[in-house]
Amino acid sequence: MSGRLVACAVGFLAFALAWAAPAAARGIVADVDDHLVEITTDFAGQDILVFGAIDGPGDVVLVMRGPAGRVAVHRKARFAGVWVNADSIEFDGVPSLYGVASSRPLFQILTPDVLDRYQLGVGRVQFQEVAAEVPGVGPFRTALVQQKKKQGLYADRVGRVTFIGDTLFRANLHLPSNVPTGTFLIDVYLVRDGRIVDAQNMPLVISKVGFGADIYKYANARSIAQRFVYGVAAVLVALLTGWLAHLAFRKR
Amino acid sequence: MLGALLDWLLSFQVYLPIAEISVSVMLLLGLGGGVGFLSGLFGVGGGFLMTPLLIFIGVPPPVAVATQANQTVATSVSGVLAHWSRDNVDFKMGTVLLSGGVFGSLVGVTIFSILRRYGQIDLVINLAYVVLLGSIGLMMLTESTRALRRARRIPGRAVPPRKLHQHVWVHGLPLKMRFKKSRLYISAIMPIGIGFVVGILSALLGVGGAFLIVPAMIYLVGMPTAIVVGTSLFQIIFVAAVTTILQSMENRTVDVLLAFVLTIGSVIGAQFGGRLGAKLPGEQLRFLLALLILLVAVGLCYELVATPDDLYVLQGLTR
Repeated sequence: MSGRLVACAVGFLAFALAWAAPAAARGIVADVDDHLVEITTDFAGQDILVFGAIDGPGDVVLVMRGPAGRVAVHRKARFAGVWVNADSIEFDGVPSLYGVASSRPLFQILTPDVLDRYQLGVGRVQFQEVAAEVPGVGPFRTALVQQKKKQGLYADRVGRVTFIGDTLFRANLHLPSNVPTGTFLIDVYLVRDGRIVDAQNMPLVISKVGFGADIYKYANARSIAQRFVYGVAAVLVALLTGWLAHLAFRKR
Repeated sequence: MLGALLDWLLSFQVYLPIAEISVSVMLLLGLGGGVGFLSGLFGVGGGFLMTPLLIFIGVPPPVAVATQANQTVATSVSGVLAHWSRDNVDFKMGTVLLSGGVFGSLVGVTIFSILRRYGQIDLVINLAYVVLLGSIGLMMLTESTRALRRARRIPGRAVPPRKLHQHVWVHGLPLKMRFKKSRLYISAIMPIGIGFVVGILSALLGVGGAFLIVPAMIYLVGMPTAIVVGTSLFQIIFVAAVTTILQSMENRTVDVLLAFVLTIGSVIGAQFGGRLGAKLPGEQLRFLLALLILLVAVGLCYELVATPDDLYVLQGLTR
């Protein structure tokens, strides 16, 4: 990715914004430098660049969310001297990754009400337990967020939004090496006087590529027939390796 | 200088697509080579050592177990071909064994996926290995100490000959079959039953189960010792193959890349182990292997008993 190209694109966006502002009344325009992140066998995390322009003074907040899914949280307890998974609660709608970046600390620019409503900040991410009534769900929720933070998948400051002049901004969002795959969504908010006045979102696709990705794809195929083929292929590879080993080492 | 060379070799990382971790290729080859060396040295399969070691380096237990079944196919093939060339395989007995084994594997994989759904599979794998390794290790330790003591007292005296084929209640069961190669006319129920248990073990632990088949077929069924090992290897190929396919379909936990790298290491290691094993004194080696097995068992046991860093564990669920 070349810096000059990005600068050029930012410049173009600013121009487009200035020109189109009266008609469309867009307060914020933004884009990602690359909408596809490829995880290869030597992937060790990556920064992605979000850039854009706003139509006057204000603050910018970026939120990055991975695809939502189901997660079970198990609590260990000692049973006959051995630690076992005792209780467990399932949650649905859990973002696989969650990260925020902002031009100033969130609590300085927005009220707790608004932060809650837009789920801004790791502590405000919402997800539901699958069973309707679960007593003592609190510690499980906290543990889920804590574990995700520990894994580096939930973070309040994944990057900083910096301004170039009053209207142009850019931010590097960090993706950790264990980033989950799927279609991510990045929300961009324009904040003025403690209110969110405009918003935009854009997709970001994160996918495994190469030989390892193909193995993963077949092993986790939706159709059981394809997984059968994968199993048979695994057996054939083993049969062949074993036979070749026999040929290589016999009569010695 | 040597350290730098080692660093350089260890720097080749491979991302294991199903285990979803990045590991040094050299570490995997070394692990495969080491376990292969031991299996060549002692004539054991090595699966019961490999799986716990894979868990130690961070491979999730369900992936370690299912991948080990895949690797067992490869090591058993090269083993059975060697025995076949010496005409030491009873194919009829092997087929009877594997008919029980395939059914056992089916049951085992089902148990596996139920335990996984309830978040208890890691625990069961660890517990089963502690029991398995603990008992094998202790038995080998007592046996080898006794042998060592005996060897010291009366050098050169042979073990008294044991009557091999005694007729017990096992042979009187219905469904009698004639096994020409093994020179047996016995009920097929016993070998089917043994095969069944080994099939379950193959699915739950990834092991080939020779440590169970070999003594059971010799002492319970009365099969000639020379034929047992080859026949056991023959049936393990099929049971491990079925387990690999079922695990792929049901639990998606077979890492073909991991199995391949381990196989390369282990077939090479097994050659050196086999050659060295022919030269070295057996009792001392068995004593050392027993200690190694007990060490692994203690390590696994510690992980079960020690207070974990985190009381909560996350498990992603696929719909």
